[in-house]
Amino acid sequence: MNEIGTYVRIRRTLLNPEERSDNLPEDTKKVPFKMWVKGYLQEEVELFDIVTIKTLTGRIETGRLKEVNPPYKHSYGDFVPEVMVLSDVIRNDFFGDHNE
Amino acid sequence: MNNSFQALMNRKNEIMKKSVGIDYDKYEYDGIGFDYEYMMNDQGYDLETVKQIQLENMVGNTPLVELKNITKYARKYAKKGYGARIFLKDEAANISGSFKARRAALAVNKAKALGYKGVIAATSGNYGAAVAALAAKAGLKCIIVQETFDSRNVSQPEIAEKARKCEAFGAEVIQLSVGPELFYTFLRLLEDTGYFNASLYSPYGIMGIETLGHEIAHEVKQLTGKYPEAVIVTNAGGGNLTGTARGLKSAGALNTKIIAASVNLYGLHMASDVDFNKKSFTTGHTGFGIPFATLPDRSDVPRSAARPLRYMDQYVMVNQGSVFFMTQALALLEGMERGPAGNTSLAAAFSLAQEMKEDEIIVVQETEYTGAGKHLLPQISFAKKNGIKILFGNPLDEVPGKNIIFPKDGSYLKHSEIHMDDLRKTYLKKFKNINLTQKDFDFLSEELNITKEKIINLLG
Repeated sequence: MNEIGTYVRIRRTLLNPEERSDNLPEDTKKVPFKMWVKGYLQEEVELFDIVTIKTLTGRIETGRLKEVNPPYKHSYGDFVPEVMVLSDVIRNDFFGDHNE
Repeated sequence: MNNSFQALMNRKNEIMKKSVGIDYDKYEYDGIGFDYEYMMNDQGYDLETVKQIQLENMVGNTPLVELKNITKYARKYAKKGYGARIFLKDEAANISGSFKARRAALAVNKAKALGYKGVIAATSGNYGAAVAALAAKAGLKCIIVQETFDSRNVSQPEIAEKARKCEAFGAEVIQLSVGPELFYTFLRLLEDTGYFNASLYSPYGIMGIETLGHEIAHEVKQLTGKYPEAVIVTNAGGGNLTGTARGLKSAGALNTKIIAASVNLYGLHMASDVDFNKKSFTTGHTGFGIPFATLPDRSDVPRSAARPLRYMDQYVMVNQGSVFFMTQALALLEGMERGPAGNTSLAAAFSLAQEMKEDEIIVVQETEYTGAGKHLLPQISFAKKNGIKILFGNPLDEVPGKNIIFPKDGSYLKHSEIHMDDLRKTYLKKFKNINLTQKDFDFLSEELNITKEKIINLLG
């Protein structure tokens, strides 16, 4: 059970495929249009329940509870060996070949 | 109230009028045109006032640096006597890390002056961070609406970082899946909250950038005794180019060539759920650059103040691999680690400088901040996860959505041209079957920066 006041992230479908704009590519037209937003829980609920939250600007939104204490997950990514090669190309071009 | 997609779109004009604080009707001509200069000069700001507002907000007066090593690198591949000096305006030094702070400073100032409680902006990028930062400073609430996810709930690392940045300044971020219905959500929020529409395309959004063109003209003249021969601008929605060009002209740099540069994303559909995560650039690309140049009023206000074809002398493209290449070169040779998207025009400048004489000057007019997600490593590793092949070779062979090709060496980094007349023809398409009056032709002449005869010729 998640307590009132917990910071969470919810998701809601705003438009079902048949309600979407006519002017869309096929792949987009067949999927729903969804929204994610964060805010404070207004009721005691379980993960994946339909919940009400209060957002940072004080608006009330409803949707399915997807994440509690939502973290940032983006990073500097995986190691990319090609970027090491790229660096060598640039340095060799500019300073001359120094990898002998 | 009926909030179906269609019902809301029908209330569009009414919602817009309330949320921008501008009555656009008064600038309209009979016929197809409107009085652009009247609209720009009617908002109660002159350049000195704009400068003052920006100064108080830690915006503007960014360093202008000569990229001596990158210039030397470009000259390696130029004919004798060729290879222009490349200068760079380090716009990452603005309060929110990009030139977008110039636009936001004015929009937020206007919102505050008109008594709005908050501001809303629809943007996936640096502009959101800029509005959020300036709103925080002004004590206004802020909502940023961004296109973030595909239907698998996967988001571009660059967009995820920009959401974090907006939240760092206390903004509420609303994230949406792929589709132009973002505009529907945006309208609904404007109506529900009564907040100000901090549109990128309002006169404020453009006037804020005029200081950038002004600074470039004066700083280059002071350093070198002349105005630059060319200024190159990364082009997406057209505002950066329009504002910079207007600023240069108002400073007296009338002969400086204005060059647009975009990342080539031909073949990827901007409203496609599948294509969304196959691109490595979320802005500065042809998917925005071409449609906004050829149909400027497609934006979120009735008349866009961003009208790039009025000022553009040349439009070039570079591939994704070349922009990453120059991002790395900027770090390795100049000690400047900056975000990739802002380096689009730098990549083009590297190639264009080789066609200019060595006593000429080309100014790259922006950089942007970098960080987790918004950096070549996460962007390239994300591309690999989405099945994009990473190759070395000739960048002009790159197929957006299939591969990213890094130049095999610096000599392979070349721009390609987008023909200005092709853009103008596309712009004119919707007027083909209309009987145009002299006033209409006058308007089109200003819009496309060509004569009536040429317009008739292009209309075919």
